Amino acid sequence: MANQDLKELAEREYKYGFKSDIEADQVPRGLSEDTVRLISAKKNEPAFMLEFRLKAYKHWLTMTEPTWAHIHYPKIDYQNVIYYSAPKPKKKLNSMDEVDPEIRATFDKLGIPLDEQKMLSNVAVDAVFDSVSVATTFRKTLAEAGVIFCSFSDAVKEHPELLEKYLGSVVPYTDNFFAALNAAVFSDGSFCYIPKGVKCPMELSTYFRINAKDTGQFERTLIVAEEGASVSYLEGCTAPMRDENQLHAAVVELVAMDDASIKYSTIQNWYPGDKNGKGGIYNFVTKRGKCAGKRSKISWTQVETGSAITWKYPSCILLGDESVGEFYSVALANHYQQADTGTKMIHIGKNTKSTIISKGISAGHGQNTYRGQVKIAKSAVGARNYSQCDSLLLGSDCGAHTFPYIEVGNTTATLEHEASTSKIGEDQLFYLRQRGLSAEDAVGMIVNGFCKQVFAELPLEFAVEAHKLMNISLEGSVG
Amino acid sequence: MLKITNLHAKVGEKAILKGINLEVKPGEVHAIMGPNGSGKSTLSYVLAGRPGYTVTDGKAEYGGRDLLAMDPEIRAREGVFLAFQYPVEIPGVSNKYFLKAAYNAQRKHRGEPEMDAGAFLKFIKEKAKSVEMDPAMLNRSVNEGFSGGEKKRNEVLQLAVLEPKLALLDETDSGLDIDALKVVAAGVNRMRGPQRAFVVVTHYQRLLDYIVPDYVHVLSGGRIIKSGGKDLALELEKKGYGWIEDKVAA
Repeated sequence: MANQDLKELAEREYKYGFKSDIEADQVPRGLSEDTVRLISAKKNEPAFMLEFRLKAYKHWLTMTEPTWAHIHYPKIDYQNVIYYSAPKPKKKLNSMDEVDPEIRATFDKLGIPLDEQKMLSNVAVDAVFDSVSVATTFRKTLAEAGVIFCSFSDAVKEHPELLEKYLGSVVPYTDNFFAALNAAVFSDGSFCYIPKGVKCPMELSTYFRINAKDTGQFERTLIVAEEGASVSYLEGCTAPMRDENQLHAAVVELVAMDDASIKYSTIQNWYPGDKNGKGGIYNFVTKRGKCAGKRSKISWTQVETGSAITWKYPSCILLGDESVGEFYSVALANHYQQADTGTKMIHIGKNTKSTIISKGISAGHGQNTYRGQVKIAKSAVGARNYSQCDSLLLGSDCGAHTFPYIEVGNTTATLEHEASTSKIGEDQLFYLRQRGLSAEDAVGMIVNGFCKQVFAELPLEFAVEAHKLMNISLEGSVG
Repeated sequence: MLKITNLHAKVGEKAILKGINLEVKPGEVHAIMGPNGSGKSTLSYVLAGRPGYTVTDGKAEYGGRDLLAMDPEIRAREGVFLAFQYPVEIPGVSNKYFLKAAYNAQRKHRGEPEMDAGAFLKFIKEKAKSVEMDPAMLNRSVNEGFSGGEKKRNEVLQLAVLEPKLALLDETDSGLDIDALKVVAAGVNRMRGPQRAFVVVTHYQRLLDYIVPDYVHVLSGGRIIKSGGKDLALELEKKGYGWIEDKVAA
C-alpha cells in the first residue's frame, strides 16, 4: 500500500485556521448567576428571556455531564470558559457597509462575502462572529416575501411574541446538560420565520465563526415554518487553529406546521485539532425538529468533517399524521478526531415515515460512532422507518462503531435496518491509480462515491463545496 | 518498447518470478500462457506497479526508461494499461466521471488541455458504441452490479478511451461466454496497430483464436520455459502444460 504518499497528504493544513485581531467586549471567565444576568443585560433582553436563562442555569447546576457517548476527553473546566465575547462595535450599524472592515475581511477570507453584490445571489447569510451576529444579508428582500430572517438578538427585540411561543418548545432547557448550559448563556444565533403558504424565495444560511481565545460559542437557531411554508437552510462553521480546546454548545429547534417543510443542511468544519490531536473544538450540539403538523417534513443533512469531538444527534419528533423525517449524514473522523453522531426518529403520528442514511468515515486514529434511535409510539399506526448505516475505514488504527436503538410500540410499523463496514480497498486504490489517478485523487474519488447518497441531498451550491471539503479533510492515513 | 531482463519478484515473502526475460516491440502481440500459479498475473501486476509486489532482482525498461522506478499512476499516464482479471467496483462513482478523470489525468501529464464535460460525453459515447456497450452503462457506478461480461467490456472501453502504448490483458477471457469473448476480442483487435503492443496473459488457447498473437511464451515456475509462434498455443492446447514442463525438466 502506498502508505507514504497517503501519510504525506494527511499532513495538510486546516485552511481556515487563521486568527483575526479584533478588539472584543468579553465577560469575565467563569459561570455564575451573575454571568447569566450580565449576558442578558448586555443584550437588553426582556424579562421573559432572563427568566428562561436563570431557570436553565439553576437546572444545569443539578445536572451532570453525560458520559454515555463513545468519546474520551479531559474534564472540561466550565469555570475556565469565557461565555460571552463580542467584537467591539465602532458605532451603531445602519447598513452592511458599516460592518467592521476587519470582520468583513475575515468573512471574505472564509469565502462568505457580506457584500450583497458579491454574494451568491440566491443565498441570504447571517454571520455570527464569536458570541454575536454581525450581519444579516438580504433582510429586505426576504421581508418583502414575508419571511423573517434575522439574528436571535434582533428577534428578541422585534418579535418577542414569536420567541416566547417557540423558544424551548422543541428542546426544553431540561433536555440535557449541554442544552441547559446553552439556554443559560446563549448569546446569539439565527431566527427564521416563514409565514403561512410562503415558499422562502432563497436559501437561508448562517455562518458561524469562533475567533476569540478561550471563549465558548453558544448559539441558538430557531426556524418556524407555518402551514404550507417551506424553507431550505444551511449552516457553516469554522474556527482558528489554537492549541487549547474550545467549547461549542449550540441548540437548534425547528417547528413545521401542516404541510410545511424544512430542509436543514450543515457543513461543520470547526478546527479539528492538529494531527497529534492537540487543540480543536468540542462540539456538543442539540438539534431537534418537531413535525407538529400533518404531512409536514423535516430533513436534516449534515457533513461533519471538523471538531475534535462531535456529539450531535439531529432528531425529528413526528407528531403530525403522515409527517416525514429524514437524516442524511456524512461524518469524518481523521487523526485523533472523535465523532459520536446520529439521530432520533420519534414516531407518534399515524403513517409517519422516516429515513436515516448515515455514512461514517474513519481515518488515522479517528473514532466514528453512529448512534441512532428509532422509536415507534403506540399511537403511530402504519409508521415506517428505513435506516442505512455504512462505515468506511481508511487504515487500521481507526475505529467505526454502530449503536442502533430500536423501540417499537405498534405492531403495524415497518422497520428496515441495513448496515455495512468496509475498508477502503487496496484493490480499489490500485485500480484507480492504474488508470492514471494520483493516490490522493483516488482516495477522494472512493470516499466521495461512498458519500454520494448524502451529498445528493445538499443544495447544489454546497454539494460542490462538500466534495472539496471531503478531499481536504480526509486525505491520508491509509495504513 | 518493453525490455524485461532477469526479473525476479516476490509477493509477501514468496518468490514468484524467478528470472523473466522478454522483449516486446511496438506493433507486436505477445501471449503469455501457463498453468495456474505459474506467475502470469504476478508478471502483469509487477509491470503495472501493484503495491505488495516486490521486485528483488532484474529490470524492466519501458521506452528506454526504468519502468520499475515509476509510481503506478505515472506508468499509466506514460501509456501502460492493465486490463484487470477482476475489475474492481467503485460504488457511487459514475463510470463516465471516472473515465473523464482518468482521461484528463493522462492529457494533463502530456501537457495537453483537459477535455471539458460536453466534449468528453460525445467522445465517450462514440467509444461505447465501438465496443457495443449500452450508453446507459456510462451513468452507472464503476463496475458495480456489472455482470462478468459487462466488467470485461468495460475494461475494453477503458482501453479504447485511454489508447495506451502497452496494453497488458490479464486473463481477459476468464468468465466470458463465447459471444462476449468475440466482442471483447474485436475491441482489442481494433486497437492493434504499429505503435501499440499487447501482452496477453491467458490460461486457455481459446482467446488466441480471436486475438491472434505474434509470439507465444510459456510461463512455468516463474520462468519462461518456451517461446514460439502462435502454433505453440495450439500444441499446448492439445498436449497440456505437463508435456512441456516434463520436456524442460528432462
